[in-house]
Amino acid sequence: MNASPRPTPLSTKFFTPGVMILTLLALNGVAVAVARLLFGIGAVTNLSDQYPWGLWIGVDVAAGVALAAGGFTSAALGHVMNREDYHAIVRPALLTAMLGYTFVALAVVIDIGRWYYIWHPLVMWNGNSALFEVGLCVMIYMTVLYIEFLPIVTERFVGRVRLKGVFSFINRPLDTLLRILDRLLDKTIFLFIIAGVVLSTLHQSSLGTLMIIAGPKMHPLWQTPILPLLFLLSAVAVGFPMIIFESLIASRSFGLKPEMAVLSRLGRMVGPLLGIYLGFKIGDMFIRETFVYLADPTTESVMFVLEVLLGVVIPLRMFLSPSVLRSPLWLFVASSLVILGVLLNRINNFIIAYTPPYASVVYYPSIGEISVTVGFISLLILAYRFLTRIFPIVSVPQKSPAPTTKYAIRGSFQ
Amino acid sequence: METRRDFLRTTLITTAAASVSEAARAAPARIPSTDRMGILVDTTACVGCRSCEAACKRAHDYPNEPTADNSTIPARRRPGHDSLTVVNEYPGPERPPRPTYVKVQCMHCDFPGCESACIVGAISKKESGPVLWDGDKCIGCRYCMVACPFQIPSFEYEKALKPEIEKCDFCIRRIDDGNVPACVEVCPMEALAYGRRASLIEVAREKIRNNPDRYNDHIYGEFEAGGTSWMYLAKAEFKELEFPELGRDPMPGTSESIQHGIFAYFVPPVSLYALLGGLMWITKKRKEAEEMAE
Repeated sequence: MNASPRPTPLSTKFFTPGVMILTLLALNGVAVAVARLLFGIGAVTNLSDQYPWGLWIGVDVAAGVALAAGGFTSAALGHVMNREDYHAIVRPALLTAMLGYTFVALAVVIDIGRWYYIWHPLVMWNGNSALFEVGLCVMIYMTVLYIEFLPIVTERFVGRVRLKGVFSFINRPLDTLLRILDRLLDKTIFLFIIAGVVLSTLHQSSLGTLMIIAGPKMHPLWQTPILPLLFLLSAVAVGFPMIIFESLIASRSFGLKPEMAVLSRLGRMVGPLLGIYLGFKIGDMFIRETFVYLADPTTESVMFVLEVLLGVVIPLRMFLSPSVLRSPLWLFVASSLVILGVLLNRINNFIIAYTPPYASVVYYPSIGEISVTVGFISLLILAYRFLTRIFPIVSVPQKSPAPTTKYAIRGSFQ
Repeated sequence: METRRDFLRTTLITTAAASVSEAARAAPARIPSTDRMGILVDTTACVGCRSCEAACKRAHDYPNEPTADNSTIPARRRPGHDSLTVVNEYPGPERPPRPTYVKVQCMHCDFPGCESACIVGAISKKESGPVLWDGDKCIGCRYCMVACPFQIPSFEYEKALKPEIEKCDFCIRRIDDGNVPACVEVCPMEALAYGRRASLIEVAREKIRNNPDRYNDHIYGEFEAGGTSWMYLAKAEFKELEFPELGRDPMPGTSESIQHGIFAYFVPPVSLYALLGGLMWITKKRKEAEEMAE
């Protein structure tokens, strides 16, 4: 029992050449974001009256939310289905989702024209708007994610709050606060975990509803009334590949053995999930007879084929193969393809499929837009690396017997 | 002919004033009033003088007047934040070609996509016809621009603070003061008629009936996207004048029924919550039973 892996704060070196590069990319992105706040959206983007939404909405927001889906799929598996054997992946997925949604929120702040009014949807409601639903759900879900993270904070710091110097006087009240939080959450965390899963299914699907109102401005290959279902199914399908992808990178980066036992079992579920998604996608194509558009080699048809073939069909076949599931390398490749597929799908839906009736230019993201997107992703990776050194997130095999204090292990709903 | 038109215009304006005051008493917001106002654009009467562009700028305190020469007309300009309306030129079907001029501005849909889309409800369809933008609510997300099938709302990308969504406001301030929209008032050819939308449709039908050679038998905006307050008559097919080909369904139809289906009295989310809670309880009990057995 004591030899089994347990979430532990990591103590590997923080600064590596990779971290240095990420820091530079992050600084560049932050600089452009500041320029956008000072000089307006037009100063750094290629957005126009023809193309009001671009890379920031398509990738940072839409793809960002989809790729953070590991948070709710793993919570459903680990906590709702009570599969103890998957607990090793729940915390990394939770941290990814928490950071992911935080950066989605940041991207929204940068993208909306009047960022200082970001709180308006809280008090000014429009129940007809899919965007209102997405906005409100994302805000609430982000709060839920932070609450779900609190037990990790209490586990780490109860009895260990040791601020130095002028702050030392708050050590005791802070410790008391943590203990109260811990006791409260111990009995109630399951309420938040279920809420997190419900909120996720709601806004993951409503993100798909967003483009339906664009009607004929959207290419028929993507414009379908079942878009919300396709968005939800693809988000569910990309959840586990995203966890596998991260886990394999993290174990390599932190010098740990890949958790192949858990990852293979996760991988086994991806095939059927991708199959369901593909079934609806192809079924929709045949019912609406949109395959006729695939006959012309346009940007749209090429992107559609790439998205489905590279991002769904090939990884679907791979995930069904036992030898792929056993190999860290092939599992990594297959997971990367699913992630690429969902990324392409969101780009296609929000950018490629969108053709304004009076288009005179073709939208292509500016250097500034790319800088912010790349910078924010870098910042997210850095934050992940930083927080895994402070909090017990990543499961590490234990050499010495685990201490059995009250706060040693905190699962959920115990 | 002229006197009849004048008479018509006066009648329309009078009914307009009456119905606006009536609309102020307000019925349910989502059902357009039968007395709502509209504007009928007769492109066969327009000579492309662009007085309407200038009048619009004056009425909205825009600084720049359009240039006197019409060299920019064939450029197919779009309304933007320097001009809420523009007139574009299209070569006509006749030999030698006689150009058609098309005034472009917000169509003021009866069931606006932008209104349904707006995250904070900053865009609203007034009972009396106009679709208006509220700068105190707007967060600048530009979803209205995504939703608009006519590509009308324009955003001030160059402004860091208080960028505005700009589009034709139906001269709401002038209407409230009992005037007609600036473009209608100034038009020397009376190509624009302001009045009760229902009456305008009758007028348009009559025009088509009396001059079948002059008009294509189609009132653009009568049914497009569920109907619009601005409607057009033309000789050519509207497709040739670059009007979007839209069905009769309002833009928000599908998205709203999906939204309201997912959230029908919060039954689906609450049921899902209960289902997951039950699942969690059952799996926990089963796990405890297994542990006991070991």
